[in-house]
Order: sequence, then C-alpha cells, then structure tokens
Amino acid sequence: MNFVVPKEKYLNRIPVISFGKEKKVFIGGENALPFLKFEGEFPHKPIIAYEIQDSPPEDYPEELAKIYSSFWHDPVEWAKFCIEQGAEAICLRLMSSHPDSQNTSAEEVAETVKKIISSVQIPLIILGSNHIEKDSLILPVVSEVARGYNCIIGKAQEANYRTIAASAMAGGHNLIAMSELDVNLAKQLNILISQTGFPKEKIIIDPMCSALGYGFEYTYSVMERIRIAALMQGDDILCCPMIADVGFYVWKTKETQASYEEIPSWGNLYERAIMWEAVTACSFLMSGAELLIMRHPKAIEIVKNFINDLI
Amino acid sequence: MLVIGERLSIMSKRVREAMQKRQKETIRQIAIEQYKAGAHMIEANIGPAEDNGEELMEWMVTTIQEAVPLPISLDTTNPLAVEAGLKVHNNEWGKPLINSTSLDPERFVMFELAAKYNVPIIALTVGKGGLPRNAEERVEIAVQLIEKATEYGILPDDLYLDPLVLQIATSQEQAKEVLKAVRLFRELNDPPMKTIVGLSNLSNGCPKEIRPILNKHFLALLMYEGLSAAIVNPAEVMETIKTIKVIMGNTLYAHSYLEI
Repeated sequence: MNFVVPKEKYLNRIPVISFGKEKKVFIGGENALPFLKFEGEFPHKPIIAYEIQDSPPEDYPEELAKIYSSFWHDPVEWAKFCIEQGAEAICLRLMSSHPDSQNTSAEEVAETVKKIISSVQIPLIILGSNHIEKDSLILPVVSEVARGYNCIIGKAQEANYRTIAASAMAGGHNLIAMSELDVNLAKQLNILISQTGFPKEKIIIDPMCSALGYGFEYTYSVMERIRIAALMQGDDILCCPMIADVGFYVWKTKETQASYEEIPSWGNLYERAIMWEAVTACSFLMSGAELLIMRHPKAIEIVKNFINDLI
Repeated sequence: MLVIGERLSIMSKRVREAMQKRQKETIRQIAIEQYKAGAHMIEANIGPAEDNGEELMEWMVTTIQEAVPLPISLDTTNPLAVEAGLKVHNNEWGKPLINSTSLDPERFVMFELAAKYNVPIIALTVGKGGLPRNAEERVEIAVQLIEKATEYGILPDDLYLDPLVLQIATSQEQAKEVLKAVRLFRELNDPPMKTIVGLSNLSNGCPKEIRPILNKHFLALLMYEGLSAAIVNPAEVMETIKTIKVIMGNTLYAHSYLEI
C-alpha cells in the first residue's frame, strides 16, 4: 500500500475581504491552518500595511526616525514614501486625536483623511488612537469622509462598537473588532457587532497584539485558538481574517531602542530592532494573521520574503 | 446534533385536521416556526395512513418544502407512502430520513427503500417480541439491525439507532436504560453508531406544565451520552442543546451564546 499523506478535514473557509477603491487588495479565502498548502487552498497571500501617522510621532525610536523624520510632519508625503517602497496598503493611525496627545477634533483628523484619499490611491486602514471615547467620536466622521473608499476602520471594542460599527457600515467599510487577549471575548464581540446588523463577512478580528518577549505568546495562542475554532470546530462567528498590529507594540520595547553602547551584549541596534519586528510579524503569520501593520521598511521586506517563500 | 422538528404529527388535533382538509397554511406555519427555532429537518408524521397515504405524504413533503429549505423525516408505517414521499422530496437541502424500520420483518421493506433511494433510516430497537426490557436487550436488537441493514447494503453511517424512549409516568425505570443504550449503541462501531430518540414520548401522559422540564433534562443527559439526533419541539429544547454543547466543549463559549 502506498503512503498517503494524512490530511485534516476542515469545516470552514475564512471569508475573503477586499479593501481599497481603484487599487484593491484581498486577504483570507483559505480553508486550512496557516501555510498548510497540502491540506487546503490559499488564494490570497497575507498583506502588510505600512503604518503612517497623522502628525509627527512622539514615540518613534531612533531607527524609525532615521527613515521617516524628514517628512513625517506631512502624512501625504509619508504615504507617498511608503508607496515608493512598494507598500500594498497603508495604515493611517490618527494618533493626534488622543486626549493625551494633541486631542485633535474629529473634523481635524477627517481633513487629514480627505487629503490622503485624494492624493494617493492605495488600500487604506484607518485607526483611531485606541482611546475608547475619542475613537467613538472621530471614527464615525472619518468613516463618512472616506465613504465609498472601501477602507478598513478600527478598532471597535466592546465599550464603543455600536457607533463605530454603525458608521463603518454606513460608509461601506470593513471593521476591525478588537478584544483583549481572550478567545471567548473575541467571539462575544463578533456576536455583538453582528447583532447591530454589521455584516459578519466584513469583520477582521484583532485579538490584541503584543511584541516578542512582551506577552507575544498570549496573542499567538489566542490567534491559534480562534483559527482552530473557526476551521476545525466549525465556529462561524470566529471565522474571520485576523490582523496583527505589530509595529505599534514592537517599537515600544527596549530591544528596539537600547543602543549598542548601553548594552553591548545585545549587539547592533539596527539589526536587532529590525529582527524584533520581523520575527514578531512572521510568528503571527504562523498563528493565522492575514493582515499585518508594520513600521520598518527593512523588516517589512524580510517578512514579505518569508511569505513568498511559504506560499 | 441533528434537530428534527416533531410538531407536524397526526397526534396533534390541529395538524390532523389540517392534513384531513389539506390546509396548507397551518402546515406551512408550523414548519416555519420550527425552522426559525433552529430545526435542521422537519418530521412529517402521517400515522399508519392506510387510505390515501401516498397522496397525503406527497402533499406533506411538498407543502413543507415550499415553506422551508429543509429535508423531511418521513414518518409512517405505510411503505407506499414513504416511497411517494421519497419521490417528491427535494434533496437540495439534504437527504430525507425514513422513520422507521425495526426487527419486525414486516418493516424490512423500509430497509429496501433506504437502499433503493440511498437515504438514511431510523431503526427502532424493538423486535417481534415486544418492547425491550433493558439496555442489553436493546443492544442485542441493535446488533441484529446493523446486520440486517448491511444485508440490504446500507452503511452503518446511514443508520440511526433508536432505543425507544418510553413514558416516565408508566415505565420510570426505562429512562436509565435508554441512556445506557445510547452509550452502548455508540460502542458498536468505529466511528460510533448514530443514535436518535423521539424525546417527548418521555413525558407523554404527564401534566402539560412539567412536560418541557422532563424533556429538557432528559435531553441533556442523552447528549452527555453522545446522542446524535433527536425528534423534538425545537423551541422547547434549543436552549438546552446550546448549553450542553458549550458545557461539552463542542461550541466555544461567549456570553451571548444563546443568541446565536
């Protein structure tokens, strides 16, 4: 008798989500666990979105400042730079809206969004500052301004999903549903969002990201459980693409900031910082993320090569 | 677990009248209610149907499938009526189910139909000698039923073993035997044999207000033993089914699990 490769039977297929207007990208569509090509189909590769911010970042460490600081006062310039680097998508984080930052108004950040969508044609993720109340004020206005541009809006959380989901639906956008490192809460939030009438097939799950060495394995494990529930337990509610907001968490760690002089045993900062982001990102691809938000072009290049090697 | 809506039964006065007078609206309405409550299949129980059985079953199957996108469980002792139902059944939403055969040779014709139309069938663990006394007798009959089914070319996967739920009010000791039988039936094959019950017979003859209580708790225990299908009033038991699935780890918990 010939050897037959044992194959797992899966009960579901992750829905395909497309975002962008003239230029579109697609994620999802697979019906097997990550990269197990012999068991299922993977019609779309994971996508990496370059992160930009609406005002000069207050917390970007040296290695990022070197690349972006000469134009980061202008988000349009910043976006154009990312496109020149080969970005397939951009993630605009409206950080200035945070009350502890500049506390900019919904109208002010909406102006920035308008400028970007009128200047560059690229699939766009638009995020608030992760401030529950403020996000629920700015994201509805932003969704309206970007109506018809088929963006990904985020992040809706249990405390503010109603207004954000309603406005994302009105604007025809996809939605990121973020819960805090708990598979049951992720499911609950998806139920609640679906109950508002928001289409389930336009939800992207963010189980809350973390960086290598800083809770990384919690995120990894929650993602894994979500994907296993969706594909192997037939859980339709959790059957959604997942996003990993990698750069935001990685570039806060000491490993991306401490100089060689400070800690010689850690080696060269540039290599270390880039690898910290790349390794974190690659690992989340293994646990099921289809969409990554990243910051350093070199790290992005490494992860892209990794994806191309595997798919 | 496969949930089969029991309400379209000749036992119900309202349904019986609707069948006699061919009142589509009543049948449709009850089918839709069960579909909305979460039924995966609708039972059409037309009884012995000695007169006009074929025409009645045809009418039932088409009337129900005009109303809901579900397969039908064909419940009658009249094999001609079963065949008539099989012929008009729309398999787009799944195969129909034959309800039922047993070890009574007069009922073997149902095996023939299941084989001919390649559809699953319920096999009651009763023989010619009357009702089984305990779980072990049920298993003995089940083994013979599996053999019989195999003779007709029916795969174990297409056979639903029914341990025969009896009335708690008159045969209290049988409830435990049924639970044990479900467990033992499963062990007769790998993968396990499928099992089914007509749940509400448990509370037949009991006061109306306690019937759902008996049914729901018994179903929970049956699910624990690994029951694969149940003929039930879906609205009555759906909460129990969802809850037991969560407790057994078959569904991932979320606070709103009852709402999905």
